[in-house]
Formats: sequence, C-alpha cells, structure tokens
Amino acid sequence: MTESTAKLVATPGQTIGPFYGYALPYEKDNQLVHRAHPGSIRLHGVVTDGNGDPIPDSMLEIWQADENGRIVQETGSLVRDDHTFTGWGRVAVDNVGHYTFTTVNPGATEDGKAPFISLVIFARGLLNRLFTRVYLPEDTEALANDPLLASLPEERRRTLVAEREPNGDLRFDIRLQGGDETVFLSFPGV
Amino acid sequence: MTPEAPEESFENSHTLDPAATADSQDTINQEISDIHAAYRKGVEAGEAEETQPRIDFAPYRSSLLRHPTKDLHHTDPETIELWSPAFGQRDVHILESDLTIQHNGEPLGERIVVRGRVLDGDGRPVRNQLVEIWQANAAGRYIHKRDQHPAPIDPNFTGVGRAITGDDGSYQFTTIKPAPYPWKNHHNAWRPAHIHFSLFGTDFTQRMITQMYFPGDPLFSLDPIYQSITDQKARDRLVATYDHNVTSHEWATGYTWDIVLSGSNRTWMEDEDAH
Repeated sequence: MTESTAKLVATPGQTIGPFYGYALPYEKDNQLVHRAHPGSIRLHGVVTDGNGDPIPDSMLEIWQADENGRIVQETGSLVRDDHTFTGWGRVAVDNVGHYTFTTVNPGATEDGKAPFISLVIFARGLLNRLFTRVYLPEDTEALANDPLLASLPEERRRTLVAEREPNGDLRFDIRLQGGDETVFLSFPGV
Repeated sequence: MTPEAPEESFENSHTLDPAATADSQDTINQEISDIHAAYRKGVEAGEAEETQPRIDFAPYRSSLLRHPTKDLHHTDPETIELWSPAFGQRDVHILESDLTIQHNGEPLGERIVVRGRVLDGDGRPVRNQLVEIWQANAAGRYIHKRDQHPAPIDPNFTGVGRAITGDDGSYQFTTIKPAPYPWKNHHNAWRPAHIHFSLFGTDFTQRMITQMYFPGDPLFSLDPIYQSITDQKARDRLVATYDHNVTSHEWATGYTWDIVLSGSNRTWMEDEDAH
C-alpha cells in the first residue's frame, strides 16, 4: 500500500436531530428476517431518558451474525427481499419509545464466544451516537468468560444481557441516563 | 420510502411554549463561552485536545436527560464489530444522489453540488459504502410532520438523498442549498444551514451521523449543537469548502467536504501497528 499511514483526525459527529423520520427509516427496515422465517424472534425494548421517561425520537441499528455465527457481507438491506439475510437493521422507536426488530438469535462467531448483537443508538438530544452490545442470556459459561462482561461489576454487567421472554423473544431496554444506565462502549481510535 | 404527509396548517405554529424558550441567546452564549474557556485552559495545562462533541453539553437543552453520566466503557472491538454491513447498487439507484430530480418540477433555491471522499483514520478510502443525507429546503423547512414552522414546503423538494461511495471513497450529491431554521432550544434560536450525513465505514464501530455546514455562516457562534464541539479545529472539520472547480458553468455552485471516520481496527491495521 502506498497510501499515507499518517493518522487523520476523525470528523466530529452531531446529533441525528428531530427530523430524520422521513429520511432514514424505510420499508421493512427492522425485519432482518421475515416473521415467518423458522427461528425468527422479536428483539424489543424501550429507550428511556434520565427521568425514566420514554424517548420518542430515537433511532437504533443492529448488526449481527446469522444463526450459525457467520458474519455475512450480503448487499440488499435497503430492498429487503425476505430471503437475503444481511445481518443489519434499523428502526425508529414509536411514540412511547418502544422498538422492535424481527431477527434470529446470532450464533457464536467462534467456539466458546458469547454471542451478541452490536447496537448503535441515535437520538435527538444525543450529540453523538452510542454503541452497546446485546448479549444472549443462555450460554452462561461463555458469558462468564467474556472479556467485556468480566470487566464490569454485576449491576453494570446485567444492563448488557437481554432477557429471554417465555415465547422466545428478547427484551433489551436502553437507559441513556440514571443509576441503572446501560453500559455504552468506546473503542480504540474512536 | 414514504414521506409522512406534510401538514400545511401554520395556524399558531409559531406560538412557542414560553417555558421551553425562557432562556435568552445571551444566556446560551455565556454558557458556551464558559465551557469553551475551561476547555482551552485545560488544553494549555496539557490536557488532550477534543475532536468530538461533548455528549454532556447543557446549552443544548435536549441533551440534559439524554446523555450517559458514566464514562463510556473502553473495550476492544470483537468479531461482528470489526465488520460493517455491505451495501451496493442493489440498495441505491444512481439517481438517488440528485435531490433536484425527485419530482415533476425543479425545486426552488440555489442549486449546489456537494462532493468529497469518505476516508478512514489511516487515509484509506471507504469503498462501496452507503452515504445518506437529509436536509431542509431553501426556505428552511423539513418535510416532516414535526416541523411546523411557517416556512413553505417545496412540492418539488423532499430533501433526502443516498449514494454509494466509489473505489476512491468519493461521493457526490446535487441538491439545493438549505436555509437556516428556527428551533425551540431557547428564545430566538436558529440553526445554521446544514445537511445531515449518515455514514458507514469498514467496521461497525465507525458508524456515525453528523452535519455538514456552509462556510461563513453567521449563526455558528450562536448554535449550541455546533458549539458542543469545544475545539475550533474540530468544529472547522464540519464546514465544507466552497470549490470553484466543482462549480459548473451556468448550472450549480460547488462545495467539497471530506469525511474522516475513526480508525479501522480490522486486520489490515496489523502491518501498520509495528510501532
């Protein structure tokens, strides 16, 4: 590679603002798989602020491996043909801050790794995006060995582990501020 | 994409909630000035320069209850986070990058071309990635039901565009120069004219949304969203450059704006990581 190796300074982020609703959401944006797809689940929850009130103008995106832990590089997320699994989805929360994705449980990307879904949060009032992880609750041994979870005290750790509902759905609430606020992540170079 | 039906009723739409607009511009300016002065003092004392907005920035009132109070937790990106979703021509038609041809007639306003490159922190072009933009029209009005300020909707302008970057990371949009618009952060609050940009990199950790501004906007110093970036050099990175080489004869004025995403943590870092 002949390209410069000098580090460039990243462009600053800014809030998504209040008016993304006519621009970014699109048909079936939150349906990574069709509801009738075998093994489909609902991932859902509520986004709340420092008063515990729902935030009605937040947008979330998820990015995940397929059921076998395979990271796919398929185009077509914006045209959703109900057959291609792209691993990525977007949703604008509703008027009471609730969101729903239709997806599948991600598999472990390596043996013994705790499966998780990467999630990014945008909102009016939030000046830069926030990253977090949605861990599946089942593989307790893998969860215990996960480097991120192991570095957190229990009351913080549990904000990253989704709750499995009796019908198989995943519940994951996002609290932007407060005593039980969700753990948000920063990465090297970010 | 189905834009929500705009409501054309402007009745009482400019009647603001007094409680929400009690603060004066002077109050906001003073708060911004105090935060910036403390930041500069810190830098002089050897603290690191900031490159991103503060997420805890009280002059932007909506941020008060919407920012985490605990530090972001540092972690190494793993597996899925080291990849990004793939987009391509299947997702975006080439005409979606021209916001002036989406309706039967020509939109009103100053036709502009905005072009640039999407790069990662090592200067590598981000190829074949999705760029989405949205913006107000030439009167400062968004096609959004929550934007009810009394400025006209342009039936020939929606203000939404998409593009897929080229092999050199390049993108180009043809659009209309947006106008400033009023908001309710404080009394007589106006946003500088801007275009919203949504960007993906090669790693999902590079995902970002930001706003591009126009050079010389008199509203910069008054705007708590722009000023949430405490460092002047960092703020300047959001301002496009007027570029006469992009301007075309009797057609459109041109602006250039390059976007740098955070560094990639993918395997190709390894050969450069020797230091």
